[in-house]
Amino acid sequence: MPEKTFIEAIHDAMDEEMARDPSVVLLGEDVGLRGGVFRASTGLIEKYGERRVIDTPLAESSIAGVAIGMALNGLRPIAEMQFADFSFPAFNQIQSEAARFHYRSNGGWSVPLVVRMPYGGGPGVHGALYHSQSVEAFYAHIPGLKVVLPGTPYDAKGMLKAAIRDDDPVIFLEHKRAYRSVRGEVPDGDYTVPLGPAEVRREGRHVTIFAYGYMLHESLRAAEELAKSGVECTVVDVRSLKPLDVKTIAEAARLTGRVLVVHEDNRSFGAGAEIAAIVAEEALMYLDAPVRRLTGPDVPGIGFNHVFEVEFTPDAAKIARAARELAEF
Amino acid sequence: MDITVRMPQLGESVTEGTVSAWLKKPGDRVERYEPLLEVITDKVNAEVPSPESGVVKELLVAEGQTVPVGTPICVLEGEGAGAGAPAPPTAEAAQAGPAEAGTARAARPEAGPGAGAAGTEASARGRYSPAVRRLAREHGVDLALVRGTGAGGRVTREDVERFVREAAEAPAGRPVAAEAPAAQAPAATPAPAPALAAGQPAGPVAPPEPGPDDEVVPLTPIRRSIAQNMVLSTSTIPRAWSMVEADVTGLERLIRARGEEFRAREGVALTYLPFAVLAAVAGLRAVPRLNASWAGDRIIVHRRIHIGIAVATEAGLIVPVIRDADRLSIAGLARAIAELAEKARAGRLTLAEVQGGTFTVDNTGALGTELSVPIVVPGQTGIVTTERAKRKPVAVGDAIAIRTMMPLCLSMDHRVVDGADAGRFLGVMRARLESFDEATGLY
Repeated sequence: MPEKTFIEAIHDAMDEEMARDPSVVLLGEDVGLRGGVFRASTGLIEKYGERRVIDTPLAESSIAGVAIGMALNGLRPIAEMQFADFSFPAFNQIQSEAARFHYRSNGGWSVPLVVRMPYGGGPGVHGALYHSQSVEAFYAHIPGLKVVLPGTPYDAKGMLKAAIRDDDPVIFLEHKRAYRSVRGEVPDGDYTVPLGPAEVRREGRHVTIFAYGYMLHESLRAAEELAKSGVECTVVDVRSLKPLDVKTIAEAARLTGRVLVVHEDNRSFGAGAEIAAIVAEEALMYLDAPVRRLTGPDVPGIGFNHVFEVEFTPDAAKIARAARELAEF
Repeated sequence: MDITVRMPQLGESVTEGTVSAWLKKPGDRVERYEPLLEVITDKVNAEVPSPESGVVKELLVAEGQTVPVGTPICVLEGEGAGAGAPAPPTAEAAQAGPAEAGTARAARPEAGPGAGAAGTEASARGRYSPAVRRLAREHGVDLALVRGTGAGGRVTREDVERFVREAAEAPAGRPVAAEAPAAQAPAATPAPAPALAAGQPAGPVAPPEPGPDDEVVPLTPIRRSIAQNMVLSTSTIPRAWSMVEADVTGLERLIRARGEEFRAREGVALTYLPFAVLAAVAGLRAVPRLNASWAGDRIIVHRRIHIGIAVATEAGLIVPVIRDADRLSIAGLARAIAELAEKARAGRLTLAEVQGGTFTVDNTGALGTELSVPIVVPGQTGIVTTERAKRKPVAVGDAIAIRTMMPLCLSMDHRVVDGADAGRFLGVMRARLESFDEATGLY
């Protein structure tokens, strides 16, 4: 099986879906001639033409609004927000229209839309305040949306294909650090990965770590490190926040009774709080330690300076330290 | 300046209290008179207010632990702390700055042995995680016997699992009894308990050991308190007992004729109990000596009549008190009884509502019994039960009639009263019960 980078997997998914289904279109800032600022859509405008790969004005509200209109009229648009940080002008379109059209029309209409958003920061990204944000909690709070954050190239391709074929609006979040630093086996040809189920990436009996996106890889590195000193971790890839795989989360929590949730997003009211609540509701009688969160702090953005980036971002060393404390509790 | 908070005396004759919940944790600020903890005493839960304003420094008694009145339970850092005193830790401190909460906590394991150990150990002892408690219940493990290897000597899930494994492997096949807590003997290794395992009783009366098919039920504060009172009563009070039968045909008719209307109007059922209380009060008025306490070298006769009524709850028998029962009508008594019974079943009685009874009435007939030998509540002189009212043939004049008869059983402290007093009391109570009929006013 060929090894590919995360961004190649994204590219392949869009390419294959556009070839398979003429109703799939791509629109966003610089997605055409430039091939996307991260080069996710390289070569697609040449292959499918400018009626299907559309360079838009610099106006996210319009990108989302146009895409919703397309979706209501028979197309399957992929709307790219150049950075997740820029999706806020489009937030009203997404939450007021895309998310509730199906409900509002009593199931008569649906919005088969994918909004792709590169998100996140951390050491080396140098995204600073306006190119580093994690936005998953905002969108996961909205009923009517699906919100997924694949961590591996395999999932990136399989879940993007599933998202394009899904009849509901899907917020598809791609971590910028994963784009070129994460490689993995990606099969050629067609396959999908369902949106919803979490995946247990590693099993161990002492501590359960929940993570997603790029933090999955830092967590796996931490687990590797801890195993050398006899602390065995279960690592669960919560690659879909909406829908959330309550069953797998509860089972993994019961397995060890010690739970650590890791995310780069700000701490308060984040995915960690939701997962912790589910653990409390579903696995209380199995808990042997307080549920811990290891997250980005509650500050408005990651500073540009490298020291700030390191300080803000959870990494393998911080995860290992927090997990070890839980193991010793 | 440190302030020591002690287990308060939450009522006369209350000698110990169980901390049921701490409402503040170390580092929390507490205002004077703000609730600091919840205490379970004999039969009620009470919130204990903080005696002073300050910051909670240390909790000395874990939740679930029972200590005598006056035992220090908590240390507060008072307002008078000098200017140079370190700022009290706040919730924000754990989160301040971009450093993860984990960073601050991570410092603990490296701080070296002994540093802050006393505090954490005291707070860890007696507090168990849900997983540990579940395992202990499943395997019938007494957690006090398990050596903790977690932070501050905490018993972890693995510790319980190891304990169960080792107990199963121990020669006698019974729990390893002699394992010392970690704080006293860190190096202690589990050893079988030889003497006990050999079946020799440890004392004159060895408590029975549970077998494999038995269930072990831990004592609740209520159960313990009932047990203590019963032992105190039967071992100190020379009890005498008498019984009479009252003809309650009229009362039965009254309840049947007007019960429904009463319930519609008052919202509570009309039962025998308020009539029994009213009749007992009449008896006490005639024989004040039965409304008294034995006080060693003298007898204290109570002028006010506070009637305890026995209420069966899921947790056990509770006896809330109708204060000044002699001032209430039938309707007033019915309402007071319903209110107290409901509070008792909901566990919401206050200490004032279970204390100060001077005599007890127990409608055991509601449980279907026909004869009881009740136990006198320590501090009181008498207790009367009303038994099941039953239709039976009795002689009325020279004829035989079917009447509804209710036995009344009185136990009394023979140090305070004699048989003649009992006879008089029961006679008055019977006459009062027999006086009710459909025309009786309820208000």
